[in-house]
Amino acid sequence: MSLVVQDLIVEIDGRRVIDGVSFEVPDGARLGLIGESGSGKSVTALAILGLLPDGATANGSIRWDGTELIGMPDRELARFRGDDIGIVFQEPRTALNPIRTVGRQISESVRIHTGIGKREARQRAIEEAARVHLPDPETIVDKYPHQLSGGQRQRVAIAMALACRPRLLIADEPTTALDVTIQAEVLSLLLSLVEEHGMSLMFITHDLAVLAQVATYGVVLEDGRVIEHAPVSTLLTAPASPITQGLLRDATATLWRPEGGDA
Amino acid sequence: MPRWLRLIWSSATGRFGLIAVVLIALIALVSLFWTPFNPLEADVRGRWAAPSWPHLLGTDGTGRDILSLIMAGARTTVFVSVGAGVVATIVGIALAALGALTFRWMRETIAVLVDILIAFPVLIIAMMISSVWGGSLWVVIWAVGIGFGVNIARVTRPELRRVQQSDFVLAGRASGLTASQNLMRHLLPNVAPVFIVQLSWSMAVAVLAEAGLSYLGFGASITEPSWGILLSDLQRYISIHPLSVIWPGLAITITVLGLNLLGDSLREATDPTLQHRRAEVHTPAVVA
Repeated sequence: MSLVVQDLIVEIDGRRVIDGVSFEVPDGARLGLIGESGSGKSVTALAILGLLPDGATANGSIRWDGTELIGMPDRELARFRGDDIGIVFQEPRTALNPIRTVGRQISESVRIHTGIGKREARQRAIEEAARVHLPDPETIVDKYPHQLSGGQRQRVAIAMALACRPRLLIADEPTTALDVTIQAEVLSLLLSLVEEHGMSLMFITHDLAVLAQVATYGVVLEDGRVIEHAPVSTLLTAPASPITQGLLRDATATLWRPEGGDA
Repeated sequence: MPRWLRLIWSSATGRFGLIAVVLIALIALVSLFWTPFNPLEADVRGRWAAPSWPHLLGTDGTGRDILSLIMAGARTTVFVSVGAGVVATIVGIALAALGALTFRWMRETIAVLVDILIAFPVLIIAMMISSVWGGSLWVVIWAVGIGFGVNIARVTRPELRRVQQSDFVLAGRASGLTASQNLMRHLLPNVAPVFIVQLSWSMAVAVLAEAGLSYLGFGASITEPSWGILLSDLQRYISIHPLSVIWPGLAITITVLGLNLLGDSLREATDPTLQHRRAEVHTPAVVA
C-alpha cells in the first residue's frame, strides 16, 4: 500500500504552483514534507486526495497501491478518501462542522464506507473518542465543537481521520494552531496511533524541530519544487540547500535559546 | 417533544410565534367546514352592527359577518403565504446553489442576474404576470415568490460560498462524502439559520403583499374573502366605523409578527452556538 507521486504538476488559474514534484511513501514509512508557507505542501496533500480547489488542474502521476488517482472520476476517488487515506487539517477551529455533534462527525467516514446504523455508529464514535484520549467519551460525543477546547477539537479531527483505519494518514500542520504543551501531547498521540496500526504517515510542517520528532525521511519544498530530500538526520546535521539551512536556523532558534539572553 | 420544538417553546417570543402561526392555520382549516355565517351573504338590515351576539366582531357595510370574513380570509392568507414560501424557497435555493457551487462563469452570471432581478419591485413583477394571466391569487404567489426568492438568493449565496470554503466541508469530502452528500450534510444545514429567517420574513411579507396587491386588483377577486380586500373596504369608513377596521388589521399584524418571531426562534433552535450562549451560565468549562 504505497503512495508514489511522480512529476506532479498543479496549475491554479494558469499559475503553476506545483512544478514536477516526485516522492514516495512506502508502506509503513513516515515521510515529512517541509517548506515555508506558500511552497506547495498543502496543495500537494489536496492533489493526492483529488480535492484541489476549482480552477486547479493536476498532471503527472499519483499512484496509490498501483492505482492511478489522477484523472479518476470523483465518485471512485470518494471510495479511497477516509477509507484508505485519512487527513488531519491544520486549523481545529474550522475543521469541525459547528452544527453537528462531535460523535456524528467522528463516525461519519465509518458510516459512509461500511454503512453501519445510527446506534452502532454512536458506539463506534465513543470507542474512537476513547482511543484519542478525549475525556469522558460517553458524554463528549453528544457535544458540539464550540464546547471543546482547541486541543480536544484536534483530537476529534484525528479520531475522524483514523476512524476507518486508513493505510495512510496525511497530517497537514496538525499542531501549528495549538499552544506548545498541547502540541507535544497531540504529536505523541498521533505517533502512537500511527505506530499501533502500522500505517504510513505523511506529515506536513514548516518546522524542522517538529519534523525531527515524527518523520524519518524529509522532502523539502520551495516554490512547488523539491529542492532537497534526505533522511531527517541528514537534514538536521548536514543541510545541503540554503532553504533547509534557514529552516534549521529557525528550528534551533526555538529549541536552543542562548542562555542569559534577554527574554 | 423533539428538541427543536422544545427550544422554540422555551422562549416567550418563540411560544407566541408558534401559537399565532398554528392558530391561523387552524382557523383557515376550520373555515373550510364551518364559519358562524356565510361570509359572502349580505344582510342590508344588519349593516354596521356593533360587536355583539350573534355578530361577535360586528358586520360591514353590506351586513356581512366580519368574523366569518376573517376566518375565510385566513384561508387566502395561508394559501398565499405557504405558496409564496415554497416558490421563494425553490427560486432562492436554486439561484444560491448555482451562484455559489458551480464553475466560475456560471457563478458570475448568476450573481449579475440576481443583481438585475433585485432591481424589479414585487409590484412590477405582479403587474407583468397579471398582464399575461390576469389577476388571481396565483399572481401574488408567483410575484412574491420570485421577488423574495431572489432576495433569499442574494443573502444565502455568499453565506453558502463562505461555508463551502471552510475546512469542515473539505474534511467531509476527505471522509469520502460525494459532492451531493456533502451538500446535504454539511453545506445546506449550515446556511439554514440565515435561510430560515429570510424565508419567514418572505412569508410574512407575502401576507402584506397579498393585502396590497388585492387592494390594487392584482390579487384575490372580489368574491374571494381576503384580509387585504376587507381592510381596503373597511378603511374607507374609518371615520364613521373605526372599530370594524381594527379586526382585519389585527389579524394581519398577528400573522406577520407570529411568522417573524417563529422564524427568529427557529434560527436559534438550529444554531447550537446560540443555545450555548444562553446556557453558558451553568455549563462548566471543560479543560483538555
